[in-house]
Amino acid sequence: MKNVYKTYPNGVGAVFNLNLSVEKGDFVFIIGGSGSGKSTLIKMLYREEKPSRGEIILGGVNVGRLRNSKVYKLRRLIGVVFQDYKLLPKLTVYENVAFALEVTGVDSKQIRKRVIDVLDKVGLKHKAKEYPDKLSGGEQQRVAIARAVVNLPKILICDEPTGNLDPKISMEIMEILEKINKEYDTTILMVTHDLDIVKRMKKRVIALKEGRVVKDYKAGEFVSEKL
Amino acid sequence: MKSCRTIYRSMRDALKSVVRNFSLSLASITCITITLVIIAAALLIADNVKNFTDEIEKDVTIVAFLDSDVDDQTKEDFETSIKKNTNIETFDYKSKEDVKEDMIKENETFSKVISGWDKDSNPLMDTYTIKVHDVSKIKSTAKEIESTKGVNSVQYGEGLVEKLVGVFNAIEKITFIAAGALIIVTIFLIINTIKLTIFSRKREIGIMRLVGASNLRIKLPFVIEGIILGIIGSIIPILVVVFGYSTMYDYFNGVLFSPVIKLVKPMPFVMNTSIIVLIIGMIVGMIGSARAVRRYVKV
Repeated sequence: MKNVYKTYPNGVGAVFNLNLSVEKGDFVFIIGGSGSGKSTLIKMLYREEKPSRGEIILGGVNVGRLRNSKVYKLRRLIGVVFQDYKLLPKLTVYENVAFALEVTGVDSKQIRKRVIDVLDKVGLKHKAKEYPDKLSGGEQQRVAIARAVVNLPKILICDEPTGNLDPKISMEIMEILEKINKEYDTTILMVTHDLDIVKRMKKRVIALKEGRVVKDYKAGEFVSEKL
Repeated sequence: MKSCRTIYRSMRDALKSVVRNFSLSLASITCITITLVIIAAALLIADNVKNFTDEIEKDVTIVAFLDSDVDDQTKEDFETSIKKNTNIETFDYKSKEDVKEDMIKENETFSKVISGWDKDSNPLMDTYTIKVHDVSKIKSTAKEIESTKGVNSVQYGEGLVEKLVGVFNAIEKITFIAAGALIIVTIFLIINTIKLTIFSRKREIGIMRLVGASNLRIKLPFVIEGIILGIIGSIIPILVVVFGYSTMYDYFNGVLFSPVIKLVKPMPFVMNTSIIVLIIGMIVGMIGSARAVRRYVKV
């Protein structure tokens, strides 16, 4: 990520001269208060927003240059997890996870194998036939994670995945993310403002303030930051 | 293989979504049904008007009267010149003797007087009854015939025919324009209805994009869904066309008001109209969905 600027059409600048680089297999936290630009940063990564200036390269794809009709190719390289899960309400847990593979045109046998495998990994194999609204928040988030990693993305982007969950469940989610990071060698970028989690995980931490990077802690360095 | 799978999965998703969003589907289907009934009626009327004017135009003929002292050679020349004229469809020769026979049959009072005429005293003339392809050009064709050697005079209902043709052409055009306008209005109406139903699934489309569905993979189920809605929506209009029109035809005995105005026979006319209605329904449903989704697949 080089010299990235983002100004919204209404003239509000959200991100100024951002320079970041994250290595493959890293686990990085991005922290910052409201309006620090962390949401904008994440949206630019999965190409919901385009950078106004500068360039973002993600797994070899120049995100800013990507045409609308080709965005789906980027989205197959990455997985995204949100605070509000974003599951399809009319599909079962299994169908939700399978959908991410179906759209890539994989054959049904492989889909079955991979979906069951990944549901097992997040501990929800027994709930495959349930609809999302029958599950607890923590379980729904695990389904969302399963869907995000089922096609083995290089990068997993998490936008406050624990925002709606209590501390105990949050730690469970973090354990799953850590497992994915280690077992699949997936790069994880996680936006959060839950500093307890950040302290416990002892990972690299990037602090944003008013659209600029104010601190970049190496793994284990982070003690506290005033947001 | 991969694209087959995409099409298969899209069709499965489309069917699922018609069933799972049944109340919304019903709204679109009702809208399509009502407008297609109106379109079908317009098509039936327009085709009947066209048929009627065509029938009348077919009955319009030019009668050419030959000079009374015309010889066979001139008649032959006249026939070859008619055959060369591109606007002339058929012609029918009647000698003055034939005309005499016809007149005897037609009128009893004069029949005795007329039957007294022999070959030389017969004041009638040999005639050619000529049918033309294009009635709107009848005036110039008649003039051409009149100027041919051996022709005494021509008759084709001057003035009246031209007026009639003008009126019929206008009616024909108006009914077709009305039908066309109706179709366009319907398309917009249906597109809007489908747009509204898809709007409620905006979030769904957003999630599909998020997990890496290509625009085609998102659009295809919606487009197929639109076609399915169009097909379901055209069932009732087609029934109305097939049974309604046949019943009406039988009820009026195939004519309207007077035997002059003949209705088009139901077979295969209703089948053709039904197919047109079905195709309109499918295309409109398809365009409606495609346009509605297009808005949401852009970032």
